[in-house]
Amino acid sequence: MPVVSMTVNGKPASADVEARTLLVQFIRERLGLTGTHVGCDTSQCGACVVHVDGRAVKSCAMLAVQAEGAEVLTIEGLARDGELHPVQAAFREHHGLQCGFCTPGMIMTAVDMIRRIPDLDEETVRDELEGNICRCTGYHNIVKAILAASQEMR
Amino acid sequence: MYQFNYQRPKSLADAEALLAAADDPKILAGGQTLIPTLKQRLAMPSDLIDIGAIKELDFIRAEGNAVTIGAATRHATVAQSADVRKHNPALAALAGGIGDPAVRHMGTLGGSIANNDPAADYPAACLALDAKIHTTKRLIEADEFFKGMFETALQDGEIIKEVTFPHPEKAAYMKFPNPASRYAMVGVFVSKGPWGVRVAVTGAGQNGVFRVAEMEQALSKNWSPDAVAGIKVSANGLNADLHGTAEYRAHLITVMAKRAVAAAG
Repeated sequence: MPVVSMTVNGKPASADVEARTLLVQFIRERLGLTGTHVGCDTSQCGACVVHVDGRAVKSCAMLAVQAEGAEVLTIEGLARDGELHPVQAAFREHHGLQCGFCTPGMIMTAVDMIRRIPDLDEETVRDELEGNICRCTGYHNIVKAILAASQEMR
Repeated sequence: MYQFNYQRPKSLADAEALLAAADDPKILAGGQTLIPTLKQRLAMPSDLIDIGAIKELDFIRAEGNAVTIGAATRHATVAQSADVRKHNPALAALAGGIGDPAVRHMGTLGGSIANNDPAADYPAACLALDAKIHTTKRLIEADEFFKGMFETALQDGEIIKEVTFPHPEKAAYMKFPNPASRYAMVGVFVSKGPWGVRVAVTGAGQNGVFRVAEMEQALSKNWSPDAVAGIKVSANGLNADLHGTAEYRAHLITVMAKRAVAAAG
């Protein structure tokens, strides 16, 4: 079996894996980081979004071995010293979740879009959320939270 | 997923050698179609040759009257490229409209055209922009490359290296996405350039991307939305499914062509 090594949330992670192991399986089942969710398993819902080398990707549509040598960031790696990341804080403040299942992916997507796009407006946020599905909120408060976090982080 | 051997070559030469040595290999580029396909057990390759670590396939180069893009260049990179935006904004916009942001961070140009999904966006750009597809073996004109649904002129062991897109004078791509999947129900790419006028349609044809000669002739005489507004495309050979009939798609082709010409200015 191939050995895969990467950095996850700043810590080295290495394991023997079957080549067919998905990145999300590696993260959840081998590292026990279950904050990254599997929603649809058909790469549409975005609950599994993590960052690989600074870019948001769907970890259910990527093999663990493809992340060899990469820096991976999951929802567990966002908070610093017990302080929520500004996007996490904004989701709480603006009630950007109901059941919470899509939230890890929403937040990882939001952090990525805020990094890439300095002047976010509502239309852009909604457009950028195309790959993240929420079945509870109707998206309104998610969009509000992302816009608020974007303002705060500017 | 079935089991497979996984290889991650660092050079094109190594990739070719691995491909030649394997039983029933598949090339893994961004994996945004291949991995979901493997997960559904719709394919059972003996080997995956991952070209994601081959640096020489990831570049964008503007020279002369064309932009050349490496096969493993991600959609997001093409969409953001200053060179592509300057010389071929329609192509940049197309790349920025594929899938969603996370898919665009992984999916590649070479992967898209090698797969030739009948609803994919890049095949329309290649066909409408008279693109040159350079492989490890030869140069293939876009007109000769797309052979049918999920079928291309590529032979076993042949790898796409780069695609050259000559600069258009005018061009635009208009997509009518399926409201759920966001794949093109119909996408129309119109262009005007040294090759004359081209109109390429994706999403609609049972055999994948195709050109509409009648629209090309009409636009050659009169580059305006009105020139295509009255052209009715035949529903023969168009897709029909629960999302829309062949007639509906035929109608959409005219509507999208009109909008594309208007957008191209």
